Amino acid sequence: MRVEALIKRRRNNLIFFAVLLAATLVSIIITEFEVTKAFTSIPRAIGWAVKSFYPNANSLEKIPKILVKLRETVLLSIASTTVAAIFAAFLALFGSKTTQINSFLAAVSRGIASIFRNIPVAAWALILLLSFGQSSLTGYFALFFATWGFLTRAFMETIDEVGSEGVEALKAVGASYFHIIFQAVIPSSLPQMISWVLFMVETNIRSSTLVGILTGTGIGFIFNLYYKSFQYNAASLVVVFIIISVLVIEYISNYVRRVIL
Amino acid sequence: MNVLEVKNLTKKYGTETLALSDLNFSVKEGEFVSVIGQSGAGKSTLLRCINRMIDATEGEVIFAGVNMCKLDKKALRKQRRKIGMIFQHYNLVNQLTVIENVLHGRLGYKSTLAGVVGSYTNEEKRQAFEIIDMLGLTEQVYKRCDQLSGGQKQRVGIARALIQNPKLLLCDEPIASLDPNASKVIMDHLRNISTKLGITCLVNLHQVDVALKYADRIIGINKGKIVYDGPPDLTAEQIHMIYGSQAGELIIDIGGRNES
Ligand SMILES: Nc1ncnc2c1ncn2[C@@H]1O[C@H](COP(=O)(O)OP(=O)(O)O)[C@@H](O)[C@H]1O
Ligand SMILES: [Mg+2]
Repeated sequence: MRVEALIKRRRNNLIFFAVLLAATLVSIIITEFEVTKAFTSIPRAIGWAVKSFYPNANSLEKIPKILVKLRETVLLSIASTTVAAIFAAFLALFGSKTTQINSFLAAVSRGIASIFRNIPVAAWALILLLSFGQSSLTGYFALFFATWGFLTRAFMETIDEVGSEGVEALKAVGASYFHIIFQAVIPSSLPQMISWVLFMVETNIRSSTLVGILTGTGIGFIFNLYYKSFQYNAASLVVVFIIISVLVIEYISNYVRRVIL
Repeated sequence: MNVLEVKNLTKKYGTETLALSDLNFSVKEGEFVSVIGQSGAGKSTLLRCINRMIDATEGEVIFAGVNMCKLDKKALRKQRRKIGMIFQHYNLVNQLTVIENVLHGRLGYKSTLAGVVGSYTNEEKRQAFEIIDMLGLTEQVYKRCDQLSGGQKQRVGIARALIQNPKLLLCDEPIASLDPNASKVIMDHLRNISTKLGITCLVNLHQVDVALKYADRIIGINKGKIVYDGPPDLTAEQIHMIYGSQAGELIIDIGGRNES
């Protein structure tokens, strides 16, 4: 029995790799992707970056301008994430198996969360561009919707994972729905929920760079501007600032996590 | 007087699994009853049908003269206050302190607002400290529950149930996650609660030896049916009836523990 299962698994693995290989080959052929050319051009790209994509003395003058845009982007990410977190908390309560009010509402909220989560931020930005045009409102809502979907899912899983035992106990003592939410669900899931929110703030600062390119706002806009006008030194400085801000946010959220968990 | 009467209790999960099949028994006030059977026999389902954490498919559960199955949501909450429940995994809110978890046992008596903000009367707090003291947790009162040992957590679970002022305790494998020493402490406490406070206990146990040692009465369940209901002096054949093919191991197990 065991040996047969083992042989079967090995055969399945083999088939899997064969299919993977075939798929890779087919896609290379269809897209006319030239493998050798792709790899030989990597050194060229690095060479270009070393020669022109670095901050120089001239570009340092741009720092105040970059900082203003950076602040806009960071605040946008924080604002969209925190507001989305509040909405997500409500949707998650309806959708979680532990705290659902009835199965119909649960299915609806799971559906909403799933749709919002599976549309990428860039797609949201493009969709919203049609209604709000190139403004920070577009970026705000793009981040908001994607974050709402993601956090709803994360919160639902958190509640089901860490809250269900306490909830069962409080149901058994005759506690009401609101007692259970405030005395069991919130105390047990809040630390992990905050951790998810911090994770989303980090993620959104990264994505808001891309969203900014699309919507013409924030740090993404200024990067795009310098890049397209061949001011590579200034553009590279923008990248440096993005990296620094992401690292700082990461540091802060790791610190907060250590304290609350 | 009978605290609990179970009549024709049947529970089906979906259309396939018959977890409980036509159970009938009643439990007298102050009795310490142990429900034994192998895992999957239906012990947890039985306990949860009594306080309606699970709705029975058919049959009646009459607790303190009230048919549990006919109650609406509000009346059910009120009735649950009189039934304490102890869980295998303790089911505490780990991020809160011992005293907060113990006071949760009073939530059934609270208005929405008072319960939400966790406001308890002085009398309730005094009672909580008294119970905590009785269970030997005084030093842990303000500790967060995730810092406690398994045995201490289970004592918090017992305290939370006792402060409800219950008539009946439902204990679902209370010692299954504990080492032998902690198990003994918990079982002694449960026995005391039944003898000294006169609270009826219905305790699911996996271990036959523990059940025989502590219970006034044994109910043996096999595949959702009661196959034994009587005093705790079972013959090897009766144990075999309850546990089926596993019985051999379990009898040797008992022998071993009695010697030591
Ligand atoms: N939520 C559920 N859905 C479907 N089947 C269940 C569920 N809970 C328990 N069962 C089944 O019902 C039977 C009795 O389970 P349970 O009451 O947990 O037994 P025990 O507590 O004695 O181990 C088992 O066959 C189990 O698989
Ligand atoms: Mg069980």
